[in-house]
Amino acid sequence: MLVYSAKRLVRSLLTLIVIITVVFSLLRLMPVEGYFSNFEKMSEAQIQNGLRQMGLLDPLPVQLLGFFRQLVRGDLGVSNIYRMNVPITQIVAEKAPVSMLMGGMALCLSLVLGLPLGAAMARGKGRWLDKCGTAFVVLVQAVPSAVYYLIIQLYGTQLPGLPLPMLFRAENPLSWILPTFSLAIGNIAYYAMWLRRFMVDEMNKDYVTLARAKGVSSKRIIRSHIFRNAFVPLVQYLPTSFLITLMGSIYVESLYSVPGMGGLLVDVIQRQDNTVVQALVLIYASISIVGLLIGDLLMAVVDPRISLNKKEGAR
Amino acid sequence: MGLFHKKSAQLGDSLNAASARTLDALTPAEESELFTFAEYRPEDAEKTGFSGYSYWRSTLRVFTRNKMAMLLLGVIVALLLFTFIQPYLPGQRDPVYINNDENGIQLINLRPNGEYWFGTNSIGQDLWSRVWSGTRTSLFIGFSVALWEVLVGILIGVLWGYVRRLDFLFTELYNIVDNIPQTIVLILFSYILRPGVGTLIFAMCLTGWLTMARFVRNQIVIIRDRDYNLASRCLGTPTRRIIVRNLLPYLVSVIMMRVAMAVPLAIGNEVFVTYIGLGLPVSTPSLGNLINQGRMIMMNPSLQYQLVFPTVVLCVITVSFYIIGNAFADAADPKNHVF
Repeated sequence: MLVYSAKRLVRSLLTLIVIITVVFSLLRLMPVEGYFSNFEKMSEAQIQNGLRQMGLLDPLPVQLLGFFRQLVRGDLGVSNIYRMNVPITQIVAEKAPVSMLMGGMALCLSLVLGLPLGAAMARGKGRWLDKCGTAFVVLVQAVPSAVYYLIIQLYGTQLPGLPLPMLFRAENPLSWILPTFSLAIGNIAYYAMWLRRFMVDEMNKDYVTLARAKGVSSKRIIRSHIFRNAFVPLVQYLPTSFLITLMGSIYVESLYSVPGMGGLLVDVIQRQDNTVVQALVLIYASISIVGLLIGDLLMAVVDPRISLNKKEGAR
Repeated sequence: MGLFHKKSAQLGDSLNAASARTLDALTPAEESELFTFAEYRPEDAEKTGFSGYSYWRSTLRVFTRNKMAMLLLGVIVALLLFTFIQPYLPGQRDPVYINNDENGIQLINLRPNGEYWFGTNSIGQDLWSRVWSGTRTSLFIGFSVALWEVLVGILIGVLWGYVRRLDFLFTELYNIVDNIPQTIVLILFSYILRPGVGTLIFAMCLTGWLTMARFVRNQIVIIRDRDYNLASRCLGTPTRRIIVRNLLPYLVSVIMMRVAMAVPLAIGNEVFVTYIGLGLPVSTPSLGNLINQGRMIMMNPSLQYQLVFPTVVLCVITVSFYIIGNAFADAADPKNHVF
């Protein structure tokens, strides 16, 4: 277990270094407008001077080394266009709490709604609830998320009797509902689908037949036998659902103008603020790496049957 | 008793000698006489017992029994055909031409009518031809990405699974690269490169094949050392033949499934990238930028048709692909071939 954790940690660090190197090198290819807020009015000499001051004329390895040194100090550089000369860490610190709160709420919501839905579908297998649930899962899986987020925003704001606002205001709790639900819906379907599948698999096993023959009530069988065993393999889908939420937040936050990191990313991409794009891409990549790492470690804790050092089966 | 013992020992020796000769001293010519590939002859096959089982016929039979999938297959084939013949039909307009009335005023935001079947958009372009042209672009992106994913995914997956020396290297590389979310790669590359169909395809092709390769690799590792493959190898079947005839047929259902998923996924990615402002320019209609343009005016109920038409076409395409893919994957699984 310890060996596995250490290995897994080293691998994550390696990934991080690879990503930082690639992102940094690739973004040097961008046109230099993205470093100046008033590019049009500047003379050639001023541009060269500015670039030299930012160290952008040094050879790439030197820049890269400097960037790594900067990162270790916890410095992501300053924004050049989005907010002149404000440190990016400060911008992110303002934006991150909303995103984290909303993402966390969405993950909880998807567990709270998705697991009962999956369990109910498995219990009434082949009946109307199962059929409706399957249709829901197929729709959510097949239709691109970008489209159903739009549909939710369009029709969610028109519900009779419930005036849900179109745009997000942190102090208005009603305005949290639609974005959080949008973020959760993909995972609701995801959890429901896998829990249903695992529970149906468990139902056909011998110990269930035995329990039934012993006269255990079917409610008890479902709750304390089938559900428990079906829940364990579900843990392996936690990292993926975390990623779904993370990537969904980029779109959802900008759709509802939530002042979070996702909205910020879309904003700075459209304004071509190179340093902020670079920092945000790195932040998103690191969050996903940490998420996957935690997921893998959790998996190792939850299910002792899984042999981690087996040769076959990547991951 | 002693005599018998001696006799049998002698017999054993001579037998050993004989077998030693057969193993060591065979000339290549003799060896090739002993082992030859059996040719398939229908009459010989019938002698040992006849089975009318054909993999593809059974697959087709199971698939055609699925009414829903057949219906959607009809829909998608009709849609595909229509997308491609639409520009050649009489009376079609150019998707980027701005229509004016006789006084030279732009026909903007016309509701759907007899003249403009899907209406016109906010600068007076014909939405009907834009939707079909956009569908063409999106399907082109989708199919290109899916094709690349299958080709590269299978090739790398087979190498990774079958060649033991590569396994460690590839697995470690995979474990590092797989931690990078695809959306991030997509955003990064569309940000750096100039927006366009090629850029989008390139950015999606960069990472899409990874999942496919791992899938193929895991399957191959599982069935690589099954007895029939060992037997094949002992009989000297060339590796290529083992891979193509013994291993890949096992993967048909998985591969079809991935192809069917790759198309909607690519279209969805295109919509996403367009939304964050890195997609195709408006002069190249695609489902992504049509939906994005529709989004901007969606709060005006009388203009919602501009969002509805591309969205409906997109949903029909993605849902059909999803369901057909699942149905075909089920049908291609020999476990479901009941006689």
